[in-house]
Amino acid sequence: MALITVNQASFAYDGRCVAQGLDFQVDTGDYLCIVGENGSGKSTLMKGILGIKKPFSGEIIFGGGLQQREIGYLPQQTVIQRDFPASVQEVVLSGCLSDKEFRPFYTAKNKKTAMFTMKKLHIDYLAKHCFRELSEGQKQRVLLARALCATEKLLLLDEPTAGLDPLATVDLYRVIDEINREGITVIMVSHDMSAAVTYAKHILHMHYKPLFYGTKEDYVSSSVGKLFTEGGIA
Amino acid sequence: MSIAAMFSNPVITSIVVKALVVGVFVSLCASLLGVSLVLKRYSMIGDGLSHVGFGAIAIATALNLQQEYTLEISVPIVVVAAFCILRLSEHSKIKGDAAIALLSTSAIAVGSLIYEKAGTGSSGDMCSSLFGNTSILNITNKDLLLSLALSVVVLVLFGAFYNRIFSITFDENFGQATGIRVGTYKMLIAILTAITIVLGMRMLGTVMISGMIIFPALTSMRVCKSFRAVILCSAVVSVICFVFGFFTASLLGLRTGPTVITVDLMAFLLFSVAGRLTGKG
Repeated sequence: MALITVNQASFAYDGRCVAQGLDFQVDTGDYLCIVGENGSGKSTLMKGILGIKKPFSGEIIFGGGLQQREIGYLPQQTVIQRDFPASVQEVVLSGCLSDKEFRPFYTAKNKKTAMFTMKKLHIDYLAKHCFRELSEGQKQRVLLARALCATEKLLLLDEPTAGLDPLATVDLYRVIDEINREGITVIMVSHDMSAAVTYAKHILHMHYKPLFYGTKEDYVSSSVGKLFTEGGIA
Repeated sequence: MSIAAMFSNPVITSIVVKALVVGVFVSLCASLLGVSLVLKRYSMIGDGLSHVGFGAIAIATALNLQQEYTLEISVPIVVVAAFCILRLSEHSKIKGDAAIALLSTSAIAVGSLIYEKAGTGSSGDMCSSLFGNTSILNITNKDLLLSLALSVVVLVLFGAFYNRIFSITFDENFGQATGIRVGTYKMLIAILTAITIVLGMRMLGTVMISGMIIFPALTSMRVCKSFRAVILCSAVVSVICFVFGFFTASLLGLRTGPTVITVDLMAFLLFSVAGRLTGKG
């Protein structure tokens, strides 16, 4: 079942086209990796999926009972977060917020969900710790837990391993893989070619327009894939 | 004036109590909003708005010499300015800090010209609106009620939107993705800040009021580890510093604004040292 269908979509800033000819679908349980150079339109496509940026033409359709606001998003960390005084629990709980039904405070159910995702990612012992004092790997786990609070179906990850040391990188990929195996669909934007061909099921290679879209196996043997995977980094 | 003198005469007591009550409420509002502004790197918005407040007071003074409607005139002007600053810093070609600097200096320039031409002519007037009165501000009953009502609105809205304010302060992108109306809440914070600044600026002075917004937040961030702790600590620090500064100023015949901010500075230094010693700062 298609969770997301991108139908001949293009995106533009100030009338200048930054990505076009996007035509693909993401099925339930899929693991799609979007690769491409900086400025190739990856982030714009991601904003399109999140509903932050409207397509210039074409459309993005949500199916399988997925609402656009129910995407668990793992954004890149910002400068603000580096010295932000917040406990792990506060950060994870904020994933439960939504403006669909306005409640000023968190419900008991929200708190249960937060605790459940923290346990799942083995960070429940950090609940009262200060976010800014954690290691980079722990921080990403916390932000992943927050994303899981916001979704039951789809995770959208933006360069999740940027700034992580090799050990923490492998560790995070494993966690994401586990989550995917449990049935949550994953879309990951990444520079990391070797991870893309190790973990993803489908690959979308962007360069203003899709250079390749298909299964990982086809990608590895395609001419685009060969060129980039042998180089190691897109 | 000694503390005993303040409370010996019922007329003076009523003036002192009114000023104290308004000051405490403004300190509370300022400290809460300050946490979000400081963390979001929006400290300069408070500064910019307070300078616009100076311009607004100048206009109010020019329009009526009894200063009867200062609040009614200043609140809308500063709220509109808050709206403009956010719009300017996000959508125009002049970016954030430059837009604010532009607006503040313009407001000060125009404000001081209005004071010179249309004001009572004494430079004491201008000095008071910049740095606060030397004597305890005599607040009319109407202003007292209006100040209290607006403060309560600020506190209630801050409480109701507390979790959302945390979310957009910590991570705007994530909030936007989960469907939180980030723009609306940012505007809300700016408008609440504008109201707080107008309420506090006559007592503390337009140059000093922004200190009241940023100091308590920065002070509590030296030692606190969670957002909630920073919020609570800021509120307590802010009120204590205000009350202490208020009485010290009256006792020594100093201006309230600079005295309160100096006390805030001392609290900040104290907390910084405490933070260093406990290894958290």
